[in-house]
Amino acid sequence: MTDRTRIVGYCCSYGGYSAADLAGVMRIRYSSDVMVIRVPCAGRIDVLHILKAFRHGADAVFVAGCLEKNCHYEYGNFEAKKRVEHARRILSSIGIETGRVEMFNVASNQGWRFPAIVREMVSRVEKLGPSPLRKVVE
Amino acid sequence: MIIAEQKPLEEICRIIEGHHKILVAGCKSCVAICLAGGEKEVGLLAESLRLYADLNDREWEISEITVERQCEKEWVREMRPSVEGRDVVISIACGVGAQVMQEHYPDVRIVPGLNTSSMGAPEEPGIFLEKCGGCGDCVLHLTGGICPIVRCAKSLLNGPCGGSQNGKCEVNSETPCAWDQIYQSLKRQGRVDLIEKVIPPKNWIPSMSGSPRKTIRPEAVLTPEEKKAKEGVD
Repeated sequence: MTDRTRIVGYCCSYGGYSAADLAGVMRIRYSSDVMVIRVPCAGRIDVLHILKAFRHGADAVFVAGCLEKNCHYEYGNFEAKKRVEHARRILSSIGIETGRVEMFNVASNQGWRFPAIVREMVSRVEKLGPSPLRKVVE
Repeated sequence: MIIAEQKPLEEICRIIEGHHKILVAGCKSCVAICLAGGEKEVGLLAESLRLYADLNDREWEISEITVERQCEKEWVREMRPSVEGRDVVISIACGVGAQVMQEHYPDVRIVPGLNTSSMGAPEEPGIFLEKCGGCGDCVLHLTGGICPIVRCAKSLLNGPCGGSQNGKCEVNSETPCAWDQIYQSLKRQGRVDLIEKVIPPKNWIPSMSGSPRKTIRPEAVLTPEEKKAKEGVD
């Protein structure tokens, strides 16, 4: 294990992942601390996926779905938003800062936005410090 | 269906403090419908407890199981391999399921992970409403199919009261007045005459009177001979 920040990004294939792909095509640099996990829709993400990421040593987790009212599956991003909120409530009751989890809405043509999201999450981890669960994983 | 809600995680953690081998046991019936104790919620609670344990240096070994119905001993009996060797079982079935578990595994500590509140139905996704108080003396035939016992804040049998305003209840302005609903329902059915029928003081003896209420269906009760013949009956 290294001291590197570990951020897990669950990215919707149509929104977040496509934006990340476009960021690459546009040659925009962003932190390599992010681990992108492609999912068919943000609505596929369950609270359990978020909690498991933390138990396996993530410092922060974000879900990047399509823009609101623009979900390929109509309401998957709304579902994801509620699950992120649910995960925050659980993490708060456990004693983990809720700022470590966030939901973003990105369009596939917003290649510039994905690196901005990564920067935002990296900056949050810098402020909050490594996840308190790191000591257990390591 | 029975409606229940998960206890706060902090409370569950306090209850199981001092135990080491923990089983989270769910039920795939009512509590799965109200998203409190089904297979998914079992996974979520178990994972939350693992995170809590990791963070707070607790040596908890947490396992999971969900059965079809925790209120029936036939299903509860099948849990034996998972229950044996556990210090404590967090039952996230309703209070009935938790008690059946305790009766079946008297040597294991069974603790509730849910607060069981009422009997009701889903109104819309994520919203569940109490519909029946289990009073044991149903009057739905007189009240247009709407229960005045639980849906009227004052359980009035001859309502509405003076606090009914524009079809809403004075206790909570978001709650429909049950007696307004009853009137509207009877009107739709062409039976408004029923609202003029005075319902006499209710017989509360069939409701929560003195002891656990036991219901006996003689045609289904096993004779001693049948009990002996039936394999696996305790």
